[in-house]
Amino acid sequence: MADELVKIITDYVIDEYLEEDDDIEVKPDTPLISSGIVDSFSMVSLKRFLEKKYKISIPDDKATPQAFDTVNKIVALVREYTR
Amino acid sequence: MSSNIGSYEERIGNFDWPQARKAMGFEDGAPLNIGAICTDRIVAQGLGNKRALIWESSTGEVRTYTFNDLKRYSNAFAQLLRGLGIQPGERVCIFMDRIPELYIGFLGILKAGGVVMPLFSAFGDDSLHMRMDDGQAAAILTTKKLVKRVRKIKDRMPFLRHIIVVDARDEDLRDGEMAFDMATAPAPEEFDVFPAHLETPSVLHYTSGTTGKPKGALHVHSSIFSQSLTSQWVLDLQPDDVYWCTVDPGWVTGTSYGIIGPWSLGITQVVLDAGIIIDRWYKLIQDHKVTMWYSAPTAIRMLMREGVGTVRKYDMSSLRHLCSVGEPLNPEAVVWSKEAFGKPFHDTYWQTETGSIMIANYPGMPVRPGSMGKPFPGITAEVLDPRTYEPLGPTGRIGLIAFRPGWPSMFRIYWKNEGAYRSKFRDGWYLPGDRARIDTDGYFWFVGRDDDVINTAGHLVSPFEVESALLEHEAVAESGAIGKPDPVNMEVVKAFVALKPGYVATPELELKIMNFVRKKLSPLAMPQEIEFVKSLPKTRSGKILRRVLRCQETGEPVGDLSTLEED
Repeated sequence: MADELVKIITDYVIDEYLEEDDDIEVKPDTPLISSGIVDSFSMVSLKRFLEKKYKISIPDDKATPQAFDTVNKIVALVREYTR
Repeated sequence: MSSNIGSYEERIGNFDWPQARKAMGFEDGAPLNIGAICTDRIVAQGLGNKRALIWESSTGEVRTYTFNDLKRYSNAFAQLLRGLGIQPGERVCIFMDRIPELYIGFLGILKAGGVVMPLFSAFGDDSLHMRMDDGQAAAILTTKKLVKRVRKIKDRMPFLRHIIVVDARDEDLRDGEMAFDMATAPAPEEFDVFPAHLETPSVLHYTSGTTGKPKGALHVHSSIFSQSLTSQWVLDLQPDDVYWCTVDPGWVTGTSYGIIGPWSLGITQVVLDAGIIIDRWYKLIQDHKVTMWYSAPTAIRMLMREGVGTVRKYDMSSLRHLCSVGEPLNPEAVVWSKEAFGKPFHDTYWQTETGSIMIANYPGMPVRPGSMGKPFPGITAEVLDPRTYEPLGPTGRIGLIAFRPGWPSMFRIYWKNEGAYRSKFRDGWYLPGDRARIDTDGYFWFVGRDDDVINTAGHLVSPFEVESALLEHEAVAESGAIGKPDPVNMEVVKAFVALKPGYVATPELELKIMNFVRKKLSPLAMPQEIEFVKSLPKTRSGKILRRVLRCQETGEPVGDLSTLEED
């Protein structure tokens, strides 16, 4: 499941937050927020995507820039709330 | 260490702007150019080898620039622009992340006589085009990453003569674009700086209003008097400080106090080109021994949420003075900062149009948590009765914040929009569009906006722009946007949407519409929540009643709608 999660989240980040011809490679540990690929406001749409896709609810105080800073961290967060 | 301002009461008592200008070393009638004051003048004072900029990238790379570097590289930018035929007064956009070229290019444009148009790097295509079209920009300085957005709208901008990419090689570029590397570009030792005067236009900052397109607030070179003096007396910047302004120069704080104010005083400043990751912020303060920190309530509330425990992991002992800007600082944040850093954040109040701090809590003056503070010396501030426009004074009654025009950094006009400019004045007062009260000791207390403009994380978002963008989505028939109270961002954009026949309200559609607005306008303008409704409350002529939507959202009584229905 983890690999599939990584792929789905990575694809979403690439599709939604990068320009079509961007040559940035998004790996599971690529910083997203701190690198500016995803800003803290856009994080809300990413959170909404995860909540809808996985039918979970991530509390606002857990949806911090730190928790969303890499695909790996996001995967961990999703797994925590899908248990 | 004693504060620069000393006694606030004494400063208020014997202040006048011409004297202050002389005290700062500026003679009447002599040319003054912000670009040269922040570079050549500092070098001439013998501070050429002092660190001007300590820049840290998101990956942790650190680069340091001295004032000699600032002078040389800004000369390179200025020479480039003059060589390209940029005429004095022509607008030159800066569209970059927070890289050194942004800060230094800003000064270079001014040295060449151009008017800087800062553009926030997260702007989407429409936001970018609206501003560049209105300002009829002759050139844009941008990066390899962001030029892609410029390319998308380039065909609609025949006035744009030069696209300059500061981090690209020629082979990365397309027709009509040029690469420029400030480090290797030829730079004269001394550049023939454009001889600007007090009223020569300098910066065109766009700001959002309730209706219509964003308005360009035009500032002039004499703004530096206000920006420099407030940097001394409010931010308390002193020669050995290491200063960190966390605000992006796409917004006025990032230029007035992220470039002009500190560098006019020869202050060393730190820039972090990275999103807000709390450990990273604290580490930056620790590593570079930041002494003065100017940040925003939204960021401070994010730090609060993380707790004091995270603060304790780092050495914050270098911090000497803290200030806040962009939205009202809640009392809890002031109390928390005392616990976390041993000193309170001092709130400051101003806006794009005022160009510099107008009301503030000063070093040495007791901070009343939650208060905006008191007017800056040389600023006549009042609260007016909203019906009669008579001053209410220190009565505790709520009214419209008002300033007597005449301070140096006041905007001179809304670009090509004199009607909107005139509408900001009443009975000789400038009205910034906010409400407040003054207590019996003269402290101002912020109450809220006096219009529908949304203040999210200190940035103003026009509900009209959001509604217009929503209407461009194929599924949307009607739209309304309001600011929804938010514990971290003060307000976030909430949209009410009525769908066209055949479309069904689903979570997937909500997300699609959110992302649609984000890409068109900016992440700030993206509704963080969309409520699907059958129809929106409107006047008989079809104007959306945002006030009704706001009351519905907050549970406040809507009141009598019979008159509103008539427009």
